[in-house]
Amino acid sequence: MIITKQKPFEEILKFLESSPRVFIAGCTLCATTCKTGGEEEAKKIEKKLQDKGKVVSGWVILDPACHILNNKKYFRENKEKLDQADSILVLACGNGVQAVGESMDKKVYPGCDTLFLGEIIRFGNYEERCQLCGECILDKTGGICPITRCSKSLLNGPCGGAEDGKCEIDPEIECGWQLIIDQLEKQDKLHLLEEIIPPKDWSKSRDGGLRRLTIGRKEK
Amino acid sequence: MKAGSNLERVLESGQFAVTAELGPPKGADAEVVKKKGSLLRDCADAINITDNQTAIARMSSIACGVILNQLNLEPVIQVVCRDRNRLAIQSDILGAAALGIKNVLCLSGDHQKFGNHPQAKNVYDIDAIHLIQVLKKMRDEKKLLEGDDLTIEPKLYIGAVENPYADPYEFRVIRLAKKIRAGCDFVQTQGVFDVKKFKDWMKTITDQGLDRKVHILAGIIPIKSAGMVRYMRDYVSGVSVPEEIVTRMENAKDPRQEGINICLEIIDELKEIPGLHGIHIMAIAWETVVRIIVDKAGLAPRPAV
Repeated sequence: MIITKQKPFEEILKFLESSPRVFIAGCTLCATTCKTGGEEEAKKIEKKLQDKGKVVSGWVILDPACHILNNKKYFRENKEKLDQADSILVLACGNGVQAVGESMDKKVYPGCDTLFLGEIIRFGNYEERCQLCGECILDKTGGICPITRCSKSLLNGPCGGAEDGKCEIDPEIECGWQLIIDQLEKQDKLHLLEEIIPPKDWSKSRDGGLRRLTIGRKEK
Repeated sequence: MKAGSNLERVLESGQFAVTAELGPPKGADAEVVKKKGSLLRDCADAINITDNQTAIARMSSIACGVILNQLNLEPVIQVVCRDRNRLAIQSDILGAAALGIKNVLCLSGDHQKFGNHPQAKNVYDIDAIHLIQVLKKMRDEKKLLEGDDLTIEPKLYIGAVENPYADPYEFRVIRLAKKIRAGCDFVQTQGVFDVKKFKDWMKTITDQGLDRKVHILAGIIPIKSAGMVRYMRDYVSGVSVPEEIVTRMENAKDPRQEGINICLEIIDELKEIPGLHGIHIMAIAWETVVRIIVDKAGLAPRPAV
């Protein structure tokens, strides 16, 4: 899930300074689960904006905000409400904000900070697990990602900084490689640690530029 | 004087500067650097050394710079943001300055996709404009980026690059003004073939008075063959080559000589442009041509300042 956190209200007000009339768009998926951009949060923000003298011309929880075709359909059908707004405040991840911006010709503003791709440990407690590097090596590391969980993203860790299974940068952070070793030991696959994992192909990550995937037609 | 380099003295004394480019070897070969450096002796006020240009790993620009210093040739070292984060860049700059480097040219760096390590992770922790700010802060405030005091500041003459031909055209001068605000002392441009367009760009610069805040050196790329000029036209981003030059190269009996003639004609026109303070000759793998061009363009001998 994409973990988001709502921006401080003062920050939102600042970029909405020149927008007296605002439309609010949330998202049914991640932002609803994170309670940053569901129905409840949209209504709360609506109230807070009205208290500050803004006109809220309407709100919607897009299903989901990153679906351009759905967004376009909704905006077409609710053109009137959107026409009344100077800008759209999007309560979703950064992808959601941009997808809304690409779905109609209107200024968009981010209501949330997009933090990471993570798992829900319990409500309100999320942890990062994947950095979308484009080429998964979990088969070599007992199903635990060193790119994410090692603070140095070492492919052949651990470094010399771990102590009692904790990372040198913060005693609250577990050493990713300690986790990998423990897991491989349990699976009786410690021999995998003898292999030198080669330098990673970062061109498949963000370092290679904008990533695209087209299935069913000609693949790029 | 900010750095007291030869390049700084030439530019600050209002003379038309000449710099030339030197590409480091793909090997631990100091002799190649010395040989190329010697070919450029007395032709240029400073020799500009590329930093892993086109993202191909080569001998470091700082190391080459030190080798040139040992031969009494003045280097300008290029520093790109692609390969080093803010820690490494600052540390390398302190080291370079301690080893006698006085001129630094700040660039973003070609994307690693174009080089021989396309799978590399890029850094771009800071960009070229930040890099100028960092160097200026180290030099003028005697501080590291995050504010720690330096015992001795690196005395640097700070350079930047700009491409008058890149898109979006309207933004180029705004970006140059940003680099000047960030603190650069001189600017090198992309290779000039389309003099008309370059003049228009310079006019915008002088209209805004930017030529009084920074020294602009126009890039010169000597062309060897019709193939090379077609390649520049078709594949080198941000280079604008008029069709007339391509045709002349295609019809030339002696393409190298024609390439030199074209260069000389361009330089003649450039010398007349108000606000332009010099040229930077990029003759990678054709270093011998620099002396010919400088002599025939009436730019020799170089001033002793």
